[in-house]
Amino acid sequence: MIENVLLQIHEPGETPVPHAGDDALAIGIDLGTTNSVVAVSKGETPEVLRDENGKGLVPSVVAYAPDGSAIVGNLAKQLLLMRPETVVSSVKRLMGRGLSDVKSISGTLPFEVVEGEGMVRLKLAGRELTPVEISADILRALKERAEDQLKYKVEQAVITVPAYFDDAARTATKDAARLAGLEVLRLVNEPTAAALAYGLDQQAEGVYAVYDLGGGTFDLSLLRMEKGVFQVKSTGGDAALGGDDFDHAILEYFLEQRRETFGEEKLTTDDVKIALVTGRMAKECLTENDQGDFVLEFNGKTSKHTITRAKFEELATPLVERSIEICRNVLEDGDTFPDEVKGVVLVGGSTRVPLVRKRVGELFGQEPLADINPDEVVAVGAALQAEALTVGSDNLLLDVTPLSLGIETMGGIVEKVIQRNTPIPVAKAQEFTTYQDGQSAMAIHVLQGEREMVDQNRSLARFILKGIPPMTAGAARIKVTFSVDADGLLTVGAEEVTTGVSQEVAVKPSYGLSDEEMADMLRDSMVHAREDMEIRLLTEARVEAKRVMEAVYSALHIDGKLLNEDERSHINVVLNKLDEAIAGDDRHAINSMVEVLDRETQTFAQRRMDKGIEEALTGIDVKKLENAIGS
Amino acid sequence: MDALSSNMTLRNDQSGLHPCWSCKGPVAEADLFCETCHAVQPPGHIDHFARFGLHNSYDVDVDGLERKYFELQRHLHPDRFAKKTPKEKSLSQQQAVTLNEAFEALKDPLLRADYLLKVLGADGISHDHTVNDPALLMEAMETREALMEAESVEVVNDLTMKARRDVRDCVKQIAKAFADQNLEAARKLALRLKYLTKLLEETRQHKARLVMK
Ligand SMILES: Nc1ncnc2c1ncn2[C@@H]1O[C@H](COP(=O)(O)OP(=O)(O)O)[C@@H](O)[C@H]1O
Ligand SMILES: [Mg+2]
Repeated sequence: MIENVLLQIHEPGETPVPHAGDDALAIGIDLGTTNSVVAVSKGETPEVLRDENGKGLVPSVVAYAPDGSAIVGNLAKQLLLMRPETVVSSVKRLMGRGLSDVKSISGTLPFEVVEGEGMVRLKLAGRELTPVEISADILRALKERAEDQLKYKVEQAVITVPAYFDDAARTATKDAARLAGLEVLRLVNEPTAAALAYGLDQQAEGVYAVYDLGGGTFDLSLLRMEKGVFQVKSTGGDAALGGDDFDHAILEYFLEQRRETFGEEKLTTDDVKIALVTGRMAKECLTENDQGDFVLEFNGKTSKHTITRAKFEELATPLVERSIEICRNVLEDGDTFPDEVKGVVLVGGSTRVPLVRKRVGELFGQEPLADINPDEVVAVGAALQAEALTVGSDNLLLDVTPLSLGIETMGGIVEKVIQRNTPIPVAKAQEFTTYQDGQSAMAIHVLQGEREMVDQNRSLARFILKGIPPMTAGAARIKVTFSVDADGLLTVGAEEVTTGVSQEVAVKPSYGLSDEEMADMLRDSMVHAREDMEIRLLTEARVEAKRVMEAVYSALHIDGKLLNEDERSHINVVLNKLDEAIAGDDRHAINSMVEVLDRETQTFAQRRMDKGIEEALTGIDVKKLENAIGS
Repeated sequence: MDALSSNMTLRNDQSGLHPCWSCKGPVAEADLFCETCHAVQPPGHIDHFARFGLHNSYDVDVDGLERKYFELQRHLHPDRFAKKTPKEKSLSQQQAVTLNEAFEALKDPLLRADYLLKVLGADGISHDHTVNDPALLMEAMETREALMEAESVEVVNDLTMKARRDVRDCVKQIAKAFADQNLEAARKLALRLKYLTKLLEETRQHKARLVMK
C-alpha cells in the first residue's frame, strides 16, 4: 500500500509546479555595437522578434529624456541629429574599459567622458552614466519587446559577446543584464552562436570559418561542426575594429578637406556625433555606388565632399588588412590551411563592404557564403542555445578561451597559466614561491593577453595572499589556480600549499563595477529590487528542495525494503510536509523542512551504504566494478 | 557513533564506495552519476585513462577517444545543467574541466607519453630542458638548417613529409617501448618526439610565411 503511495507521488506531473514562468521560454539576445536583436526558439524553430514594421534590428542607440527615462532604438537614432547631447551610441566599445583605453580607441570620440578612476563614465543629458547602465537600458528594451510579444514575463536570456571580449567586458555585460533584471543563462561567443544557427539550418559538416565584422568588433572563429558537435578550434579578433572605424576614416578624410578650406576647427562631441552619421551614410552608400556627394554642416559652415569607392577602399585597406592578418593567425593557431576550410560564413553588417568580401574571398580561396542573414544569425543562434539550456538539446557547443591568462612574476614578466584557445571550462594551477625570507604576503596580479611584459597586457585584477607563515625565501609553495567557466569568466584562487592558507577571488576587473556600485545601481534601477531578490531566493530554495525530494524518492524506490513500515511512513510524512512547504512561499520553512528530511533519513542512508558495501565485497555488484575499471 | 563511523570508513576503502552527496546511497569512485538518484558526482580520483574507460596503454585510438570525449561532454558539460541547483552546476563544471584536461593529455602523442611515464612512476619529460643525446642533437641541427634555407613551398613540404613520417615512426616505437615496459627507452623516444613536434610546428610556420606572402 505504501509502495502505491510512493509511486503515485513519484509520478511526473504530480508534484505541483508552484512558480509561474517554469515553462516560460528564455530569449536569445545579440547585444551589438550598432544593432541589437532579440529572438526566441521553440522546438528548434527560432524566430526573430520584430517591430510592427517587421524590423528585427534595434539600433543600440539610447536617448535620455529630461526625467532620466531611456528611449532605445530607432527613435533614439532620430534624436541623435536633433539633440546629440542626450544620445549615445556604440557604447559596447566602452564595456569594461577605463578612461585611458577609451582615449586610445580613436582620435575623434563621440563620447563626452568624465575623468576618473575605474570604469569610464559618460556625460549625457546632464547625468553621468557607465556603459553598463546604458547597456542595461538597451537590454531592458529588448526584454520588453519580447514580453510584449510573448505575453509572459521573461527572466532568462542567453546573451552573445564577441569571442575576443576580455574578462572585464564579459563581466560588464553580465552586470548590465543583472541591472536589466535578466538572468544570464550563458554568455555565448557571437561567432559560435552564428555557427550554431548556420550549421543547424544548413546541416553543415566540416571545418568552417566565421568572419564577423560588425560596427565595433571583429572576430574570426574556426569551428569543426560534426553530428551536432560545434567545436571551436581557434579564435581571434580585435575588440576595437569594426564599421565604426570605417566611418571614422571617412570623417577624418572630410575633416582634412574642411581644414584646407576653413583652417583649424574645434569640434564638439555633439558635432562629432552628427558628422559620424554622415561618415556612415557615405560608407554604406559606397557599397552600392561608385561615388557619392555629402555635406557637413557645423560651426556655421557648410562643406561639400565627394568620395569615390576607390578612395574609400584606400582608406579602409589598413583596417581590412588588420582583420585579414588576424585570420591568418587564427588559421595557424587552428593548424588549418585556408583550402581546408569548407566554408566561410560572413556575419555582421560590415561584411557587406565589397572590399571586405573580396579580401576574405582571396584569403580563403573561395566565395564566402552569403545564404544567411548576417544581421540576425547571431541572435538566432543565441535563441537556439537558450532553448538548449532550458528545454534540452542533443547539440553540444565546445568553446575556447580567446586570450591567454597569466600572472605577473619577477621583472614584470607574465607567466602564462592558461594558453589561448584552450577548451573551456578549464582549471589550471601553477606554483610560485616567495623571494624574501619571512615574506608573509604575496601580491597576485592577474593579466590577460599574449605579450610577454606586464604593461603590454590587460590587467584584470590584483589581490594579496596574506598570512603566509614565516619561511626562508623559496620555501613557500604558492599554488595559484585559474578557472575559466563556460561563460569564459575567470576565477582565481591562491593557496600556500604547506599550510593551506588560501584565498579565492571571483575576478572583479580593474575596470569593473565594485560590489557597492552594483548594489546602488540595482537599488536605483529596480524599485522592486528587494522583492526580486526574495523571489530569486525562494526559487532557489524550491529547486534545491525538489532535488532533495527527488533524491529521497529514488532511494526509497530502490532501497525501500531497508525500512520497516513505521520508518517508511514517517519519512513519507516528512516528504509530504516538504511538499506543502514548497507549494507555499516561505523559503525558511522550505529550508528547515529540507533539514528535517535530511536528519530523518540518516539511518536509512547508513543502511543503504552498508548494503552497497556488503554487495560490493561479496562481488554481487560485479557489473558496477567492471564499469568502474572500464572494461 | 564514532566507532561506527570510523568502522564504516574502513569498509568504504575496501569496497571503493562512498555515499552520494545527494541521496547518500553508495557510489563508486568512477561513477559520473549516482545510480539511484542520478545526481552528477564530483570527478573521481581516477587517472585519465580510466576516465575514458581505457587501460594504461600508450596505444590509443584517437578517433575513438574523441567520440568518447564528445559522448561524455554531452552528459557532463555545464550547458546540460543550466536549470539545476548551484551545487550540481559546480560539479558539472568540475567534471567538464577534468574531462577536458584528460582529453588534452591523451589525444596528443607527446603529452600522452609524458603522462603515461608519470602514471607508471617514471619521470615525465615536460621539465626536461637538457637533451644529452648527441645523435638527436646533430639531427636537430641539420634539419633546422635545412628548414632555414628552404625558400620554396616544395622544399618545406618535403621536410614536413619527412618530419611527419618520423613522428609516425617515433610514435610506433614509443608504443613498443611501453609495451615492452622499457620506460627508459620510452622516455628517450618521447624526447625525440618532443623535438619532432617542435620541428613540425616550425615547418608549419615557415610554410605559412611562404604561402601567405
Ligand atoms: N550596406 C552596408 N554597407 C557597409 N556597411 C554596412 C552596411 N550595412 C550595415 N553596415 C555597417 O555594419 C555595421 C553594423 O553591423 P552590425 O552587424 O549590425 O553591427 P554590431 O553587431 O556591431 O551591432 C555598421 O558599421 C554599419 O555601418
Ligand atoms: Mg554583431
